[in-house]
Amino acid sequence: MHEGGSPSPIAMPAIKPPLWLLAELTYACPLQCAYCSNPVDFNGHGKTMDTETWIRVLRDARSMGALQLGLSGGEPLVRQDLETLVAESTKLGYYSNLITSGIGMDAARARSLKAAGLDHIQVSFQSSEANQNDEIAGMRAYAHKLDMARAVKAAGFPMVLCFVLHRDNLHRLREMLDLAIELEADYVELATTQYYGWALLNRDRLLPTLEQVREAEGVANEYQARLKGKMDIYFVVPDYYEKRPKPCMNGWGSVFLLVTPDGTALPCHAARQLPGFEFPNVQTSSVKDIWQTSDAFNRFRGFGWMKEPCLSCPEKEKDFGGCRCQAFQFTGDAAATDPVCDKSPLRHLVDEAVSSARSTTIEKPIIFRNPKNSDRHAIKLAELTTPR
Amino acid sequence: MSEPDKKIEYATEYKPLHDGPIRLARGHRIQYETVQGCDVLLYPEGVVQLSESAAMILKTVDGQKSATEIAAALMAQFPEAGDISGDVKSFLEVAHARGWIA
Ligand code: SF4
Ligand code: SF4
Repeated sequence: MHEGGSPSPIAMPAIKPPLWLLAELTYACPLQCAYCSNPVDFNGHGKTMDTETWIRVLRDARSMGALQLGLSGGEPLVRQDLETLVAESTKLGYYSNLITSGIGMDAARARSLKAAGLDHIQVSFQSSEANQNDEIAGMRAYAHKLDMARAVKAAGFPMVLCFVLHRDNLHRLREMLDLAIELEADYVELATTQYYGWALLNRDRLLPTLEQVREAEGVANEYQARLKGKMDIYFVVPDYYEKRPKPCMNGWGSVFLLVTPDGTALPCHAARQLPGFEFPNVQTSSVKDIWQTSDAFNRFRGFGWMKEPCLSCPEKEKDFGGCRCQAFQFTGDAAATDPVCDKSPLRHLVDEAVSSARSTTIEKPIIFRNPKNSDRHAIKLAELTTPR
Repeated sequence: MSEPDKKIEYATEYKPLHDGPIRLARGHRIQYETVQGCDVLLYPEGVVQLSESAAMILKTVDGQKSATEIAAALMAQFPEAGDISGDVKSFLEVAHARGWIA
């Protein structure tokens, strides 16, 4: 894209390689987490891709420079060809990360994944307490998860434990960290729920209060200092309570490429909801074309698409104006300033969401992520995100 | 993705690097990337692009040599660099604080 007739080839920032390939291998999942980041209408999406097609995607992305591979879902262990895909990624030189709930794992499978060259496993927990865990997950899973975390370590994997945090379990942070120590996790991700997909649908019930967040931050800091050099702990404050947005995906189309079960290529988890986009599919376009020349991946690259107050803001290279999907969800305009930013004239919309959650009691039912609710709520979410 | 040059804060209970044999931490590996034209350090969900000297030092980490021995090995390999043992050790200290080596 050249500007002002100048022959300079550097009007657009150079397109860097996609360092991260997130392969969502399937939307099938035995759990029903109410904060799941999968799209609410997943049940209506296209057919899940076969082994051969995935292998081609792995090869193409690797030749573009992709290094980190996330094998995710849904529950990737549902796929019987997971070992085949892992073996291919090992051959290609990826650093492979399996992102799992642990359901579908057993000691033998942990060993066969190790033999296939898998580098790392991230096991997610819903809580540090059995009943609460199972209630959030929508099935009895906790005891099995503990066994699986042990099996993962026994097979010699580095293990990340991921706790997804929200209003109902944030007070258990100490317990969660103690559990992580007991299970000898190498890293702990305290993943604050991000409000996309199912989590957005359940936001009133899941968003913690500011007091809860500050207390949790204190606990996380204390453990961080204590365990320095032994176990890394990541904790991110929910962005609704920040004054600046997150540098979402390190910039649109900058390092992250997500491929959904049906082959749709996305710059982030939630992008599929954005109107006016035709997201390319790996079955009909090459990964190279998708990454370098597709309209979808170029739309929010660089700074030219920005509006005020971002456009003239000195901080734009730090946060890229925040999250495009969050901007759309709140304002109906994906090119708007992420309203988490206190420079946004629409910041009050975020504050309203916070007070709406504050006045919501635990009696309000949680909507679990399952195919039936997917069909039922696909439309409701569309209403939730209509422009105001 | 990790920032290679973030400031490291040492916690009071943090134990500095020992002088026993050093190895790359579990789940860490170094590989050369043609697309980027440099060595990278890979670990669970993270990548760091290594400068030439950082890569050189980390590739000398073999699970047998101590920090002192690593410095000595590098100085034998690059005598023209002079006494770099202080630099090597302070890099290893930082690498240890980040959990890259154990
Ligand atoms: S968040 Fe829960 S429901 Fe969603 S894919 Fe992960 S385990 Fe399954
Ligand atoms: S105005 Fe835009 S670029 Fe500036 S801090 Fe806010 S979100 Fe970031």
